[in-house]
Amino acid sequence: MALTTGSASTAASAARIVRPRRGGIGAIDRRRQRWGWLFVAPFAVVFAAFLIFPLCYAFWMSLQTSTLATGTEFTGLANYAKAFTDPIFLSGLARVAMFALVMIPAQMLVALVAALVLDNLATVLSKFSRLMIFVPYAIPVVIGALMWGFLYSPRFGPATDVFALFGATAPSFLDQSSIFGSLVNIVTWQWSGYYMIIIYAALRGIDPAIYEAARIDGANAFQTALRIKVPMISSSMVMVLIFAMIGTLQFFTEPQVLRGVAQGAIPISYTPNMYAYSLAFSYSQFNYASAISFALGIIVFIGSYVFLFLTRKQSGLK
Amino acid sequence: MKSRVLAAVGTVAVAAMALTGCSTGGASGGREASCTNTITKKDVPQVTVWAWFPAFEQVVDLFNETHDDVQVCWTNAGQGNDEYTKFSTAIEAKSGAPDVIMLESEVISSFTIRKALVDIGEFGANEVKDKYTDGAWNDVTSGDSVYAIPVDSGPMGMLYRQDLFDKAGIAVPTTWDEFAAAAKQLKDAGTGVLANFPTNGRAFNQALFAQAGSKPFEYDKTKPTEVSIDVNDDASKRVLNYWDGLVKEGLVTTDDAFTADYNTSLVDGTYAVYLAAAWGPGYLQGLSDADDTAVWRAAPLPQWDAANPVQVNWGGSTFAVTEQAKDKKLAAEVAKDIFGTDEAWKIGIEQGALFPTYKPILESDYFTNLEYPFFGGQQINKDVFLAAAAGYSGFTFSPFQNYAFDQLTEQQYAMVQGEKTADEALDDLQASLEKYATEQGFTSK
Repeated sequence: MALTTGSASTAASAARIVRPRRGGIGAIDRRRQRWGWLFVAPFAVVFAAFLIFPLCYAFWMSLQTSTLATGTEFTGLANYAKAFTDPIFLSGLARVAMFALVMIPAQMLVALVAALVLDNLATVLSKFSRLMIFVPYAIPVVIGALMWGFLYSPRFGPATDVFALFGATAPSFLDQSSIFGSLVNIVTWQWSGYYMIIIYAALRGIDPAIYEAARIDGANAFQTALRIKVPMISSSMVMVLIFAMIGTLQFFTEPQVLRGVAQGAIPISYTPNMYAYSLAFSYSQFNYASAISFALGIIVFIGSYVFLFLTRKQSGLK
Repeated sequence: MKSRVLAAVGTVAVAAMALTGCSTGGASGGREASCTNTITKKDVPQVTVWAWFPAFEQVVDLFNETHDDVQVCWTNAGQGNDEYTKFSTAIEAKSGAPDVIMLESEVISSFTIRKALVDIGEFGANEVKDKYTDGAWNDVTSGDSVYAIPVDSGPMGMLYRQDLFDKAGIAVPTTWDEFAAAAKQLKDAGTGVLANFPTNGRAFNQALFAQAGSKPFEYDKTKPTEVSIDVNDDASKRVLNYWDGLVKEGLVTTDDAFTADYNTSLVDGTYAVYLAAAWGPGYLQGLSDADDTAVWRAAPLPQWDAANPVQVNWGGSTFAVTEQAKDKKLAAEVAKDIFGTDEAWKIGIEQGALFPTYKPILESDYFTNLEYPFFGGQQINKDVFLAAAAGYSGFTFSPFQNYAFDQLTEQQYAMVQGEKTADEALDDLQASLEKYATEQGFTSK
């Protein structure tokens, strides 16, 4: 009995020891477990009802095929075979891959530079700047995208007036050729501040004595930043990269909102997630949409796993 | 001890049921609470209605005041596609749909194929057939099967800025050739463009094709798996080539429709012409940033062959009864009656600028002679829209119209971007729709 008042691990090992004896202690233990389940229950029920069950249901849907004319039938993995050969899905994947190549370095660079600069300053201005860089993240994504929609608008946006000052014509931000850059801009504006905070927090966690040692060894501020600070926060950088990568592969909200003002330049299947959304809610192909969503999920999972494996040294997971 | 555990388990279970109950029962449980209108007679059955008509609240209030056996609980679930998306989800979820729903006639087939609408012919809907125009009735029926009750329609005309026309010395065009000449003249005069050709015009683009004789789909709601597609016919190609020519010469713009930019351009004189349906004036009056000095007038839509004018329709709404309706007969009554009186229509016409399909009003002297202050007192119905409505005999849409429209938008955008000719765009559209129809299990007739 005295054992059970110890730490959790000793209690567990005690339970393992006493179980074969089938005594009163086992009954008490079971009762304890019951209470344990009870405490877990509120979370478990919500978790099961809103995550596990919908996931299973969606997976079950993805194994069936339903067409408008013929009804629903069970087709196994046929939808997945279709998805991975569907040119629309694949071109959407290629597009988000392009976004990842451009957008993630852009965001990380902005975030890193801002964090390094702010880390070196200790004025009131730095606190204010930190807040200002972070503010876009506090704006809901939909509102941010709507706002940019207006800023890009040739009629309501400032570009027309600004360019007119110099006698030039403003570029059209919502054209097929420029929509990519316009979207990169929105996402970078929104997320850089958030990543900056993560990196900044990591920088604050470094022991200042290391900087002092570097200074004594003759490193200037620039060298300290590149050779000392960046390597020491590499695990945070990996985390930021993972966040950014998952977010980019699931790119949805910004293009979906901007589509309201640029329906030609952003077709309904612009990104895999938008494709799944329109399949389900515009064309009522819920089954194929589930398969597309799962296919995307698999790719995100594999991508993240491979990436974490490759960077296990930097991220400290090894 | 044991009973306390059981009690605790019970509490958790109740809480869990309440939590999960929110997700499944919310739609039906919240019915009464979600009415936008105030219901005063609480002890009679209610029928839930989704609609986005302008000034509809007054129509609902009128209905509720004059009915003691049923009350309408109205919700605005969004306009057009926003509402259809919700409805579509409710169909899939098998709960959450209203009893009566406003649908544009173009999407009725898309919902009948999902068995989401009730054939209200069983509930005596055919008795009111004579009260509606033939074209509107054809749009909602298939033989004796009635899938919706027509409400308003959108015969097309040309709304134009008399002041801008006068300034540039342009006469009102009556044919598309004259329209092109006027576009050139206005461009030379140097203010704005004559009109806009939105690549996302959807039913608008379709109506322009139809004017030259395009019949894109053949589909019978009672034979739901057969469809025939003909979107790359000569008529459609002629129309699209015409507009592509105007676009290439810079005589018309290709701004997306229904955006804030487009709305402002409509009323601030950027476009001198608004090719519109009869509900267009209502739309214009609802827009902000209007040019105060604007002088709007209405004229018939330009024709391909002035000797044989063809009238077309853009939009038009109906009330359908959903399969999820609790009391289908009562819902059918509401669908029939809500716009079934002169008083309701007067609100619809004067506050909401609707164009009726309901003949007692449509053919009345009141409607014919109605003067519209927005058009400087012009009797636009007599001058333009009544003739346009009379010439309309119905139109067949596909059971995957949303997909067809999205594809049309993509192809037209590729065309105005210079990636394709008009002919190629329509050929590609035909190919993509045929492929889609086959994938969805349709056979072509």
